[in-house]
Amino acid sequence: MFACARRFAEGGLAKSCIHVQSAGGIDKGFVVIVCRACPDPPCARVCPTDALLPREGGGVKLDIEECIGCGNCVEACPFGAILWDGEQNKPRVCVYCGYCAPHCPYGVLALEELEEAPHDRG
Amino acid sequence: MTVDKLLERVLYVDLDKRRFHVEHRPELFEEAIGGTGVAIRLLHEECPEGADPMGPENPMIMAVGPMVGLYPLASKTVAMFKSPHTGNLGESHAGGRSAVALRLAGYGALVVRGVSNMPVYLVIDEAGVQFRDASALWGMHSSYTVGSVLREREAGSGLRSIMRIGRAGERGVTYACVITETFRHFGRLGLGTVWGSKGLKALVIRGKHALPVADRRAYRRTYDGIFETLTESSLMQKYHELGTAMNVLPLNELGALPTKNLQDARFEGAEAISGEALAEEYLGRRVACAHCPVACIHLATLRTSFPDKPYFYKTQLVGYDHEPIFATGSMLGLDEVNGMLSLLDEIEVHGLDAMSAGVALAWATEMLERELISLEDTDGVEFRWGNAEAYIEGAGKIVTQPTDFYKALARGVDHASSIYGGRDAALAFGGNEMPGYHTGPGCHVGYLTGARQSHLDSAGYSVDQKVAQSGESLTPSELAETLLEEERWRQVLTSLVICLFARNVYEPETVINSLEPLGISTTESELREIGARILREKNAFKEREGFSMDSLRIPERITETMSPLGQVDPAYMRETIEAYRQKL
Repeated sequence: MFACARRFAEGGLAKSCIHVQSAGGIDKGFVVIVCRACPDPPCARVCPTDALLPREGGGVKLDIEECIGCGNCVEACPFGAILWDGEQNKPRVCVYCGYCAPHCPYGVLALEELEEAPHDRG
Repeated sequence: MTVDKLLERVLYVDLDKRRFHVEHRPELFEEAIGGTGVAIRLLHEECPEGADPMGPENPMIMAVGPMVGLYPLASKTVAMFKSPHTGNLGESHAGGRSAVALRLAGYGALVVRGVSNMPVYLVIDEAGVQFRDASALWGMHSSYTVGSVLREREAGSGLRSIMRIGRAGERGVTYACVITETFRHFGRLGLGTVWGSKGLKALVIRGKHALPVADRRAYRRTYDGIFETLTESSLMQKYHELGTAMNVLPLNELGALPTKNLQDARFEGAEAISGEALAEEYLGRRVACAHCPVACIHLATLRTSFPDKPYFYKTQLVGYDHEPIFATGSMLGLDEVNGMLSLLDEIEVHGLDAMSAGVALAWATEMLERELISLEDTDGVEFRWGNAEAYIEGAGKIVTQPTDFYKALARGVDHASSIYGGRDAALAFGGNEMPGYHTGPGCHVGYLTGARQSHLDSAGYSVDQKVAQSGESLTPSELAETLLEEERWRQVLTSLVICLFARNVYEPETVINSLEPLGISTTESELREIGARILREKNAFKEREGFSMDSLRIPERITETMSPLGQVDPAYMRETIEAYRQKL
């Protein structure tokens, strides 16, 4: 989470596109919520201004100028992976830059090129 | 020093009137950094002389520092208050998500004043404070349940800290803790008791602010340098692998592991409760505080069966560290791991300080052996070394206090021994029960002189071990100087607020380099000066409230049981304490 915000060379969590929370208490472990690079992303389908478009290689691209801040994409993503930037009133979503991966010392996060769509992986 | 605009905001909460306001206090953070430095300033401002620790005039203060939310392992919150346990300076630190949550909610410090006329919990975020009815949570048997109720009821999962007290805090046990994120604690000196006296059951703090920096390029470069040291050097390895429990066996081999109320310093069952044995057989999960790559939090699996119901089990996780293992294991002669974990679990249910509770039960066991107390006093509980069931029952009775004896024990061994005798075996230092080291005079002087009567103040246990290795003894003046220098520097680390486990990573140069990109220019001598001043401010508070280095009680037991440095000489200790006082 912190590494993702540090892409913008700032601290805190306002701009992070990864969310980590416990699975109902720390004894249950943690859940990493991040864009799963759906082959036909529902978030893009519901965007009324086409500000959110499928990105080549997976994921989506946000054109911040076109975005009207309606929040449809947040509702559409079943993983809750579209986060919200309350300061700008715009969505925040992973851009697959991979900056987080080397900052995860346990190898939970990695950036890999995949031959096939990742949705059939767990 | 300059301070960012979020850190300088101090949130004041008035429980009497159910109001809150924010004050901008840049001067406070410029002069005192944050954390312990800011908290002691606020305590001086807020706490009147002679305040009743359980009264409305005792403030509850929490503070974080400039590096929190920006650098790894800057992950701690400092709580300050007048301690109901010692009647003097109360200071306790915890990690979990507490520090990041408070900082990213947009505050550098929190001051809670007054007493609520009904049980409340507070929800704190960037919008301020919501006062919520906690009457249904008050009196609830288990602190775990309180946590899971709040987890479901309040928003902000992943961005919040849920701090709560158990019934020990509600019922005035003077060593009640505040539990945060289930497995971390503001453990010592009775922060939970202060909350209980205020009718404050829980705090939910959440936030996700951005923290801009002055020099973006330097910030990322410095961060990555520190991150690499933390993850790739061997400095953090012991915390990462076995955790603090790795200390059990080496201390036992040295003859420094307090055993059976320190009647011994070696425990025949040490192997069974060692970090190695726990990691091999019981470790269920390792987790980390927010913004920490180390993951020192070790959680053991405890599988218990339901009596009379065949093949019915529940499996839960219980946190362990060196100190809880010493307090509920060796100190109680308990080498059966399931029993030890069950006792730790019971302590967690009630929200007791595991260290004080273990030492109190150990003292009670010896008192029963010596027939200074009877089974009538213990309400029929037969405390016996290694008897987990009796200790589990006893822990519950410290909270419910069915006899005068438990009422006394609920105020600690210093107080209980003033009524029932056994002062020689009452292992409290400045009123606070001992930590898990009997390494020599250094550790004990440290417990006595340290601002929070803790092994973490000046790490005397480490000084003793260095003396044992080198074979060169220190004069009282040299020992005092070593302890003092360590304690002064630790004021800087705990003002920033950096986890003390990372003290060898955040050396002065690294601290200075980390602050630079945040727009804070300082020097090592300036930092050390601030550290020395903070320590003096703490001791000024203590003296004001009646603390005196001259009248500190040295429990005879520590001079009777052999340490790795031989018999601890009380005259040498007194001389060291006097030297410490003069140098301070």
